[in-house]
Amino acid sequence: MEYSDRVMEHFRSPHNMGPMENPDGTGKVGNPICGDVMHLYIKVRGGVITDVTFQTFGCVSAIASSSISTDMIKGKTIAEAKKLTKDDLLLELKGLPPVKIHCSVLAIEALHKAIEDYESKAGKPTNS
Amino acid sequence: MQVGAAMGFFGKAKKQVYLDNGATTRVDPEVVNAMLPYFTEKYGNASSLHSLGREARGAMEASREAVARRIGAEPKEIIFTSGGTESDNLAIQGAAMALKHRGKRIVTSTIEHPAVNNTVITMRESGFDPQKAPVGAEGFVMLDRLQDLVTKGTILVTVIHGNNEIGTVQDMKAISDIAHDRGALLHMDCVQSFGKVPINPEHLDLMSISAHKIHGPKGIGALYIKEGTPMKSMLFGGPHEFGRRPGTENVPLAAGFAKAAELMAGEDLPKIKGMRDRLVGRLLDEIPDSRLNGAPIADPNKRLVNNANMTFNYVEGEALLYKLDDAGILVSTGSACSSNSLKPSHVLSAIGLDHKIIHGTLRMTLGRFSAMDEVEYAADSVKAAVEELRRISPFREGFGEYEKTVRNLRHKGREGDR
Repeated sequence: MEYSDRVMEHFRSPHNMGPMENPDGTGKVGNPICGDVMHLYIKVRGGVITDVTFQTFGCVSAIASSSISTDMIKGKTIAEAKKLTKDDLLLELKGLPPVKIHCSVLAIEALHKAIEDYESKAGKPTNS
Repeated sequence: MQVGAAMGFFGKAKKQVYLDNGATTRVDPEVVNAMLPYFTEKYGNASSLHSLGREARGAMEASREAVARRIGAEPKEIIFTSGGTESDNLAIQGAAMALKHRGKRIVTSTIEHPAVNNTVITMRESGFDPQKAPVGAEGFVMLDRLQDLVTKGTILVTVIHGNNEIGTVQDMKAISDIAHDRGALLHMDCVQSFGKVPINPEHLDLMSISAHKIHGPKGIGALYIKEGTPMKSMLFGGPHEFGRRPGTENVPLAAGFAKAAELMAGEDLPKIKGMRDRLVGRLLDEIPDSRLNGAPIADPNKRLVNNANMTFNYVEGEALLYKLDDAGILVSTGSACSSNSLKPSHVLSAIGLDHKIIHGTLRMTLGRFSAMDEVEYAADSVKAAVEELRRISPFREGFGEYEKTVRNLRHKGREGDR
């Protein structure tokens, strides 16, 4: 696979990697086709995602997608984070080989699951 | 010591350790020297009657003899092809077309190379009846199942001798007995086993071999066709290669193949096995939750001595491959993520490994130019890379909710996402 320098950079030194104690929201997703699994943890204060970490069992692009998504999510409001799509992620990664696009979907899925989890714990959807 | 040097980051010389000899091998400098005169000096067409042509013909026949000698066959039983894939195609299609009046069944195994697998699948369209015999956990063809599948109407059995992924070496004699008892021909893909495992051509009717797996050039292989074996040609042209495979003879590559075959004298094998055993031993000892896939390494005639196929749980093979590439170590993997189809290796699936185990597989294949200090460096690097990726992985000591999590993905549309 031919990866962009950006992808390799994040693969070699992933940002925000590791588990989180007492997260406000957790998103665990896996891809039954390729077998990758991603866990995403968020901390939320006043509707803003103040901290985010990830753990990934997957390939180069899965790890890079996880890492770059955490950079993009941190500091965003829940409403802003909900609007992130795989295309935003792909832009940041400077593209992925076509067969690897699903890895970026996995990161977005993990984010949405983590927000859902946060909202279900908080008892209501956050609109701000 | 043969540690190659490549320019790494910031111009520092970086160690390069090639552990992908199952994919291809470095051409031996002696092989290069054997080929060179046939490009610029002795470049005649072996079919030409003049002295330059006769010289080329002489080289061609000497090469055929050298390859035949290495197998224990007669020179007239060897035809040169473009490589293992062509040999497999010609063997299967040529034999099946010659015998189609006798029956339609072709029996193969679940761990074949794509050159056999896809040829056999295509034969279905021509009215043949391909069947696959399963293998056990170590990759050996289940002989009782093979026996059941080789019915009276079976014209051909084709099984890979030394498996390219897990290195399992099939029992040639036992498979030969089953095929020949029912009057079927036996073809074996010996591309990986040639030069590493004793091969007795008595047991075989057809055998594919290739030069670039034995430190010879790419682009040339051979098909052994036992005298009297019914065969149809697949290509049509001149009378080259006893009329079985037309095309101007590739004299330089044949000369290279012959030299490579001569150099595979066998004395390197114990050394290669010693290094492979050290690599496997260290990784199993030093990395928890690791395993060796395929047959046990003790018997050099049951597992290719240069092959180590291992799984390191909780990390993914492509990521591991790239980490090792950064350290200058070149390997391959059976992980789904490494293939364009996103399908895990069919060989590893056939030996019963589940998806998450296949995910973390690495194939390391040694060669004549491997050295013990490279093996030690590779073992250190694999250990470090696995540790690093396990720090990123959500799994450490067990797969926990893995199955539940992969089943839980809302976004099912992989096709639409590509």
